Amino acid sequence: MFKVKEDIKLGFYGPPNAGKTSLANRICKDWTGEEIGSVSKIPHETRNVQFKEKVEIEYKGKKMTLKMIDTPGISTRIDYEDFLKFNMDKKEAKKRAKEATQGVIESIKWLDDMDMVVVVLDSTENPYNQVNITIIGNLVARKIPVLIVANKIDMKKADIKKIESAFPEYEVVGISARYGKNLEEFYESIFRLSKEL
Amino acid sequence: MVKENKKTLGKIKGFTIQFLPYSEIRNLDSDERIKKILNIILGNSIILLQGKLSAEEESRLIGDTMAMIGHVNNFKGIELAVISNSEESFFGKVRFGLVKALSGGDLGAITIIGPASIVKEIKRNPKKIELMLNK
Repeated sequence: MFKVKEDIKLGFYGPPNAGKTSLANRICKDWTGEEIGSVSKIPHETRNVQFKEKVEIEYKGKKMTLKMIDTPGISTRIDYEDFLKFNMDKKEAKKRAKEATQGVIESIKWLDDMDMVVVVLDSTENPYNQVNITIIGNLVARKIPVLIVANKIDMKKADIKKIESAFPEYEVVGISARYGKNLEEFYESIFRLSKEL
Repeated sequence: MVKENKKTLGKIKGFTIQFLPYSEIRNLDSDERIKKILNIILGNSIILLQGKLSAEEESRLIGDTMAMIGHVNNFKGIELAVISNSEESFFGKVRFGLVKALSGGDLGAITIIGPASIVKEIKRNPKKIELMLNK
């Protein structure tokens, strides 16, 4: 009765600019040599759900094939004027805002289709944000296993303990997607999480 | 004196704070609840809702909010926060009060929802919550 789990749909969720695409890129690059999407300091860079199929990862002799699903950041407000300070003209900013709103809707729709989810949070930001609890609440309601990643631990302001105390019932893995720091622990956690499937 | 007050208020336009007892939404289905909340928000009111929505209703509220941005004049979204009376952390509550967290209700909680045009930010930590308004 041995069951081989293949093509596990692994979603990357979280607020904008937390580093979802940076982490997904890091994993894809490590195992396929290709990236999943572009990253930027401007919020809402990812405005469509992005995929990378057949990503085979390996940790201590165990293998797992993933369908990586990188989602647009979820937020409750989007104001085109916020993009103007990034040297965008009004037309471009409005277009980005419109696409960003559609991206949030798309992210929410995709919640139903995930096997496992990595919630990526910026460890330099306050984790007490309703969007975070809404995302996790939805995953719990759907019985989808969750791993919380505290990204940007290379930054001086990073505070993993704050995230751990905000989510006392969840495993929190601190990483730096940008510099590839602590990814071994991340992979170990992913394999452990897959046992809940 | 009146002039001073006006100056202090800056560009804040009129808004109201509306308390919504849970009994007002208890018998509504999810669509009706979200519609009722968004109608109040569009009237430039900040809602203090007794209790909380379910996680799925919250995500639907966010989705419907996004669908309205760009279609309703000057609507930029919402700010949303839930204060629980649990002594545990906000997020601990998700697991400890799982049934309540998933099904909504939880009459000991208060949900604050305001239009983003009025509420700049809701700052929160486990011990306090601050509503920062736009000037």
